[in-house]
Amino acid sequence: MNTSVAVSHHHGPASGISRWLFTTNHKDIGTLYLWFSFLMFLTGGCMALLIRAELFQPGLQLIQPDFFNQMTTMHGLIMVFGAVMPAFVGLANWMIPLMVGAPDMALPRMNNWSFWILPFAFAMMISTLFMDGGAPNFGWTFYAPLSTTYAPPSVTFFIFAVHMMGISSIMGAINIIATILNLRAPGMTMMKLPLFVWTWLITAFLLIAVMPVLAGVVTMMLMDIHFGTSFFDAAGGGDPVLFQHVFWFFGHPEVYIMILPAFGIVSEIIPTFARKKLFGYASMVYATASIAVLSFVVWAHHMFTVGLPLAGELFFMFATMLIAVPTGVKVFNWVATMFRGSMTFETPMLFALAFVVLFTIGGFSGLMLAIAPVDFQYHDTYFVVAHFHYVLVPGAVFAIMAGAYYWLPKWCGNYYNETMGKVHFWCNFIGVNITFFPMHFIGLAGMPRRIPDYALQFADFNAIATVGAFIFGFSQLIFLYNVISCIRNSKPASDRVWEGSHGLEWTVASPAPYHSFSEPPQVK
Amino acid sequence: MIKTILGFPALLLFATASQAAWEVNLPRGVTEVSREIYDLHMTIFWICVAIGVVVFGVMLWSVIYHRKSRGAKAHNFHENVLVEIAWTVVPFIILIAMAVPATATLIKMYDNTEAELDIQITGYQWKWRYQYLGEEIDFFSSLSTPRDQINNAAVKGEHYLLEVDNPLVIPAGKKVRFLLTANDVIHSWWVPDLAVKKDAIPGFINEAWTIVNEPGVYRGQCAELCGKDHGFMPIVVEVKAQADFDAWLAEVKQADQDKAAEAQKSWTLAELMETGEEVYNKACLACHQANGEGIPGVFPGLKNSPIALGDPGPHIDVVLNGKQGTAMQAFRDQLTAVELAAVITYERNAWGNKVGDLVTPAQIAELKE
Amino acid sequence: MANQAKHHRTVTGLVLGALMMFGFGFALVPLYDVFCEITGLNGKVDLVQAEPSTFIDHSRQVKLQMVAVNNETMPWRFRPVSSMVELAPGEMHQTAYLARNLTEGFMIAQAVPSVSPSEAAPYLEKINCFCFERQPLKGQEEKEMPLVVSISPELPEHIHTITLSYTLFDITPEQKAELAGQGRSSL
Repeated sequence: MNTSVAVSHHHGPASGISRWLFTTNHKDIGTLYLWFSFLMFLTGGCMALLIRAELFQPGLQLIQPDFFNQMTTMHGLIMVFGAVMPAFVGLANWMIPLMVGAPDMALPRMNNWSFWILPFAFAMMISTLFMDGGAPNFGWTFYAPLSTTYAPPSVTFFIFAVHMMGISSIMGAINIIATILNLRAPGMTMMKLPLFVWTWLITAFLLIAVMPVLAGVVTMMLMDIHFGTSFFDAAGGGDPVLFQHVFWFFGHPEVYIMILPAFGIVSEIIPTFARKKLFGYASMVYATASIAVLSFVVWAHHMFTVGLPLAGELFFMFATMLIAVPTGVKVFNWVATMFRGSMTFETPMLFALAFVVLFTIGGFSGLMLAIAPVDFQYHDTYFVVAHFHYVLVPGAVFAIMAGAYYWLPKWCGNYYNETMGKVHFWCNFIGVNITFFPMHFIGLAGMPRRIPDYALQFADFNAIATVGAFIFGFSQLIFLYNVISCIRNSKPASDRVWEGSHGLEWTVASPAPYHSFSEPPQVK
Repeated sequence: MIKTILGFPALLLFATASQAAWEVNLPRGVTEVSREIYDLHMTIFWICVAIGVVVFGVMLWSVIYHRKSRGAKAHNFHENVLVEIAWTVVPFIILIAMAVPATATLIKMYDNTEAELDIQITGYQWKWRYQYLGEEIDFFSSLSTPRDQINNAAVKGEHYLLEVDNPLVIPAGKKVRFLLTANDVIHSWWVPDLAVKKDAIPGFINEAWTIVNEPGVYRGQCAELCGKDHGFMPIVVEVKAQADFDAWLAEVKQADQDKAAEAQKSWTLAELMETGEEVYNKACLACHQANGEGIPGVFPGLKNSPIALGDPGPHIDVVLNGKQGTAMQAFRDQLTAVELAAVITYERNAWGNKVGDLVTPAQIAELKE
Repeated sequence: MANQAKHHRTVTGLVLGALMMFGFGFALVPLYDVFCEITGLNGKVDLVQAEPSTFIDHSRQVKLQMVAVNNETMPWRFRPVSSMVELAPGEMHQTAYLARNLTEGFMIAQAVPSVSPSEAAPYLEKINCFCFERQPLKGQEEKEMPLVVSISPELPEHIHTITLSYTLFDITPEQKAELAGQGRSSL
């Protein structure tokens, strides 16, 4: 592997398809990641709409239960590994070198490789839909033995796809860490790093710590399925619950991998539009780090009903509740940043404000779920579905949208259409709440998750949720149109872009030149 | 039932305008534990609401008053150690206040001692088996909602998808202990009104308990994704007063004897075909489908299959003992001798299969011994 | 370029870290076993033969409940000889499970024990158990499978009932047991 920085000062991008296939430019690769994740977002979204359409009314109308399970599984996997994670990596690729004053990512060729693995991984995963026996149908958490002894034959392809995604993520994380640690401009000390860079640094360490564990657990599955071992099979001395422990040892930090960069984006945007410095920068960094550390000791709160001993339940309950403290600090800091600021409400700010409110609601339901005795009632119901969609959709996805609108003028050199952006925001905001808020109610009232059909008392809220999902889903087309018209022709953006913007990324021209910071800037 | 309205005024409007069955909160339940859980849930909910009101209140205040369009000028503070320590310590204290009652309830839930009745619950794809330990009672409980209702060909009943052929019956006012395990994949046994949810794991045994004082019917569902028909394996618990429970026990035992006797009488092909179709629809249709053609690549068809058309021996064997490494279960204990004989006969003579032979209940009864 | 050396160091460290975590994923398996053995987590029981205890605690009686479960496609008749006994901790109890192969063919079974409450698992000592070995039975053959257990006098006072369940798995077709023996388990 060549680890040198391919710095070529004199030529611009190659032309045609080869520009994208062989590019080592962080901006090109960032763009590829972002388009790829948007494509996956639409694909996973279509699956979600199919799920919601089936759940519009009680009874089976559109799809059969087995295909419904394939849809929930693929929706989860695609959204987690195909939409949210690559979107954050794309933003990291674009922005981290610009924010730390580096000419490119530390390992540009590996960067190309980590992106181009992804389309193959997802092509393989989506191709399972057309295989005999269908796609994986055991949920994105793929609990054994449903995913081993009882899995469709396509599970092997699923395992390889997960391996490939894991390799891609690990390489991406290595690249990001090397860039942040080694390529900072002179004077850019660690405690001067923008929060987006800080949160990504911590996220990258989380990725390196847990993606290999995911690779390990799918490898064990592979061995159980094809090589006769019994890691998860009680008959041979294994234990299906072990699967859950290993999976959630990966899975819980994974949840924070999907939210920490979002914290970073929001911490960039709120100060810009409040025209006021971020409140409590240092405590933000410490809070992020402590959330990351705590994420390793809370995994069994996903397993309160598997029959843990009392002491185990108590430990994981307390540890989980503790996470509320640093998360609370973050929310308070954001609010304190807005307090006595001078706020304007452009689209990125609207998304960021919605993020703060709706993510906090997701945090509250998370706190409720942490209470082990009550979790016996919540576990595996729509209350959980509502909770994690609140932290992932108006959490992670809104933050990505906010970041996209925020940096789009810097990327394209043009302003997007502000009115259209606001329409997109309000459709999203209303759609998301109509979709996911009623899920709290049906979950509390007793509807289990992952069922294709339900009892009559859940009918009304399910119908409402479906309407919301379609509003949310189709409003993404507004975003797509806005982005395309912003790239093509629009109002040229200034270098600063926003009145209150701050940081190195705003010192380069708009659009950001193909090669930036070839000479490192001096940071005071 | 107390309704607590969370959230949006718009939804609130809907909620009151619609029918009474519109539930928006955890059920209070019918056991001491379920009520404690409900109270805990409400306490934490209101704490969250209070915190939310303060945080969102300050935020809303800023959004309204500290906006540039009103001429607000940005202040320059960005740190305050005292404030930062306060909003780290105060939440911590609130958390401790939450943890204390939660711990007490959890300890109570883990007190499995001194049960008066033990019931072994085994999860199957996609039904439940209930065995009353120490009594000779052992039966399966599966969804009784007709397929037509699920496929929208008939009007859905009141307890659509929450009704079973044989409910679990327990005595009122007695501590009942459940021993949970599974036969194939992981299931989870959940009845919200009892606040009992526990995973049923193949090869391992878990326990849970309940004391229900009020006789009544309480409904729940499997809560862990367990394959295709995960959404179609409900739980119904019927709580009866002790005297009624004893009568039920006697009745079930009598019925078992009657079934054994029934197997000995002689059956005609037509009778077996009629019973067989009923049994097929209940036990086989989910996988092998109504037309007997199965789902290609997943579940094999029975129409024109060599097993259904060949010698009855292997056919009987596969139905009674299942087939290793596939989803085909052993139906020996799940069905009575009459049902087994009928369904095998049916499979050999339906959808154009015309073997014409007759597998008698007596023959099966002998094999079942 | 100075950066190149720095990158080499960073990348090497991170790759090693990733590989270590991959190894750690696998190390979780034995770690989990050790953890279960100590805490009885999930009622997973030690399959090693225990020594009979010399001290009998006559001051209390513990109910030992025995349960039989057939895994899918295990068409044997399988049940405990007696489903409930009361024992003084330390007392040795001899009992058996009855198994009958109801099919016509030769089959091999493996019984997997599990204890509830899991907290009691480390205190349930099996002096002799049919689960130590694979159980082959010819078609229609019936066998009484011996079990000698005792409850350790150190059993915590608040446990009054212990449930011991055996789940019978069919391991005939692929001779899974042999592979598992080479793989990881002690069966």
